[in-house]
Amino acid sequence: MVTNKKFTLNTVKAFALMGITAFAMACGGSETPATGGTTTPAAVEKTPEAAAPMAGLITADEVSLGPIDQGMVAKGKEIYDVKCQACHSLGTNRVVGPGWKGVAEQRKPEWILNMIVHTDAMLESDEAAQAMLEECLVRMPNQNLSKDEAREVLEFMRTLEAEKAS
Amino acid sequence: MRRTSLTTTLPLVLAAAIALPLAQGCKPANTKSAVTGDAASKVFVPPGQYDEFYNFVSGGFSGQMSVYGLPSGRMLRVIPVFSVDPETGWGFSEETKPMLMTTHGFIPWDDSHHVEASMSDGIQNGKYVWINGNNTPRIAMIDLKTFRTSSIIEIPNSAGNHSSPFSTPNSEYIVAGTRFSVPMGTDAERDVPIETYKENFKSTVSFIKPDTSNGTMEIAFQIKTPAVDFDLSHSGKGPSDGWFFFSCYNTEKAHNLLEVNASQNDKDFIMAVNWKKAEQYAKEGKGKMVPGKYYNNSYDESTHMGTSKIGTEVLQLDPKELTDLLYFMPCPKSPHGCDVDPTGEFIVGSGKLAATLPVFSFAKIQTAITNKDYEGEYDGIPVLKYESVLQGEVKKPGLGPLHTEFDDKGFAYSSMFVSSEIVKWNVKTLEVVDRVPTYYSIGHLSVPGGDSKKPWGKYVIAYNKITKDRYLPTGPELAQSAQLYSIDGPKMELLADYPSIGEPHYAQSIPADLVRPNSLKFFKIEDNKHPYVTKGEKEARVVRDGKNVHVYMTCIRSHFAPDNIEGVKIGDDVYFHVTNLEQDWDVPHGFAVKGAQTAELLIMPGETQTLKWTPLTVGVQPFYCTDFCSALHQEMQGYIRISPAGSSVPLSANTKSVDAGL
Repeated sequence: MVTNKKFTLNTVKAFALMGITAFAMACGGSETPATGGTTTPAAVEKTPEAAAPMAGLITADEVSLGPIDQGMVAKGKEIYDVKCQACHSLGTNRVVGPGWKGVAEQRKPEWILNMIVHTDAMLESDEAAQAMLEECLVRMPNQNLSKDEAREVLEFMRTLEAEKAS
Repeated sequence: MRRTSLTTTLPLVLAAAIALPLAQGCKPANTKSAVTGDAASKVFVPPGQYDEFYNFVSGGFSGQMSVYGLPSGRMLRVIPVFSVDPETGWGFSEETKPMLMTTHGFIPWDDSHHVEASMSDGIQNGKYVWINGNNTPRIAMIDLKTFRTSSIIEIPNSAGNHSSPFSTPNSEYIVAGTRFSVPMGTDAERDVPIETYKENFKSTVSFIKPDTSNGTMEIAFQIKTPAVDFDLSHSGKGPSDGWFFFSCYNTEKAHNLLEVNASQNDKDFIMAVNWKKAEQYAKEGKGKMVPGKYYNNSYDESTHMGTSKIGTEVLQLDPKELTDLLYFMPCPKSPHGCDVDPTGEFIVGSGKLAATLPVFSFAKIQTAITNKDYEGEYDGIPVLKYESVLQGEVKKPGLGPLHTEFDDKGFAYSSMFVSSEIVKWNVKTLEVVDRVPTYYSIGHLSVPGGDSKKPWGKYVIAYNKITKDRYLPTGPELAQSAQLYSIDGPKMELLADYPSIGEPHYAQSIPADLVRPNSLKFFKIEDNKHPYVTKGEKEARVVRDGKNVHVYMTCIRSHFAPDNIEGVKIGDDVYFHVTNLEQDWDVPHGFAVKGAQTAELLIMPGETQTLKWTPLTVGVQPFYCTDFCSALHQEMQGYIRISPAGSSVPLSANTKSVDAGL
């Protein structure tokens, strides 16, 4: 059977937190739409960073780029072939989403990682991501990559250098 | 004729005539008189918030299982089980066709009656539910991680799998008792005149072993019993763990005009089965392998594929040779429900033609067995003395008692079909403490956890057989009607009506917190082991194998690959193996091709499903995504060209990778 343990754990934690909050509110007699025993979809279905959009994002100091690691590049390419290639070319042309050639030079590494891992939060809060959505008109799917997998994809992107003007 | 699980002889007109005077205070039975002030607030679940219970309801002659939220009565899903479902491709896709295979061939329908929940130590654990197929005897197991049917097993030597699929306290076994006695054995032994019923017809109860690690089932053993019609059953628990109780009717052994001929005896039976003893006999090799062909179908969520195994014989135990297995307890009159209270001490038989509700004591049953306190034998099986095993009778409970469920406070709730009411009584004192009318002619009823060791209480739901004027009319054919009552206070209180699909029989309600955290969001594409999976557009292709053309196709918002196919000829069978590359929750894609004689596919993220299509006309046919998936959903389409037989158009497909512009 297929399960997504990480996601389930997050979900449970988020639910537990909301449950406590809701209970506290109910005891305080405040008029809040959240009542004990039931929860809002946001609490249950969205990852914690979605509830607090900017808080959970990957920051610049969490990413360090060294010399290209060919092992990671190979893994990144493998993930690309299954989960990304249907929408992103390796050239500069847009298919569904933008082509990847030169993208690692145009965007900060943490921005790329956040687009992969925290897709919904980025589409809701990041201006550059929203501009891309206006252009492409298809919300980028969250393909549920782990942070490590996203980092491998980024390493693969780094090999797709833009062509230098001659 | 509206179908019910009853064999009552009373016409409905008479039933209604009796029902009215019996209703509390002789008030006209309508909504206005029944609902009190704050009922609405008790069932209101604000938009975006969740219900407290999942309510799994049998679909009756729809063959499916529906899932509602309680207390709102909102329908959440219909799970395809025994009937084909073109909406999801169930029974039409190549992967799901094996799930509906039986020894009678591919069966696209059944009549599903009773829902049972998986349990640990007699308490619901929220992992699986089971439902019986009544017509072509089968049991289905449904995995609550996916809300999908994980296996369906056919029951050999059975006819009318009504007394099913009830569970032992740790879901060690799920039972299946035959409603019809039938001749068994070799072809010659089964080809006998119907009038030789008394000599040649036998019944069976089968014990099915579920594997809760992978959602499959096997037949452990089968007990051959005298000819009776098994109606319902429930497992013992607590002190009675190790025993199973089955209601039996037609002890007259009638084989025609049962309405009259099977209603002659004042008492029929509840059969007590010592299943731990049966299990021991089976382990000791004391059973015999006997003929009994059956299909055992299971669905593997990693290969996304159903497969059928065929069994040819079953291990049968014969109580004539193996003692201490079975005992009959007399029970008035044509008993239907057979329900065990949460303590496991009391067994309630609901004689649908009887004027009282007998309550049997497990301790007294044991004493009577020890003392051989028999009043006789039925085909060699001891019949215990009624007075010796009876705890007491609930006097004048109502007319047409059918089923009993229990709450967490020591009360029982019995449904009365003829007098259209729920009757609440005290399990210790056997006194009736409250009654409420139902609209109309209640069949089963359900309290959350109400047949387990730990009822959750709070509500009782009536599943009514007659709807009539409860909703806006929709012509001669009406939805059936469920009614939700609060049982928190001393008086039952009607809170809401909600329509249901098919004919709901039994149901289970499980606290949402036991189910929701395990609910799967999508299938991981890495784990997809389907033999025709396409892991990425670069693997998309078309392959000819003789007359079969295999299309390895992917879909993602919002295109298919390949999306142009040529070189298919009349006489070919085309297999579209469609893999959904999405890896997020709630992003299915649909696949439909013009002229498909079957259905669509609805493919969940990470899943592969296959539609077989036999093109009959030359030309270019379109295919498209049926499930609105993005702003460019309407562009998610393609063409397949069909040429005449013998055409030399080469097989080709536009699988031009999107990075071609590199």
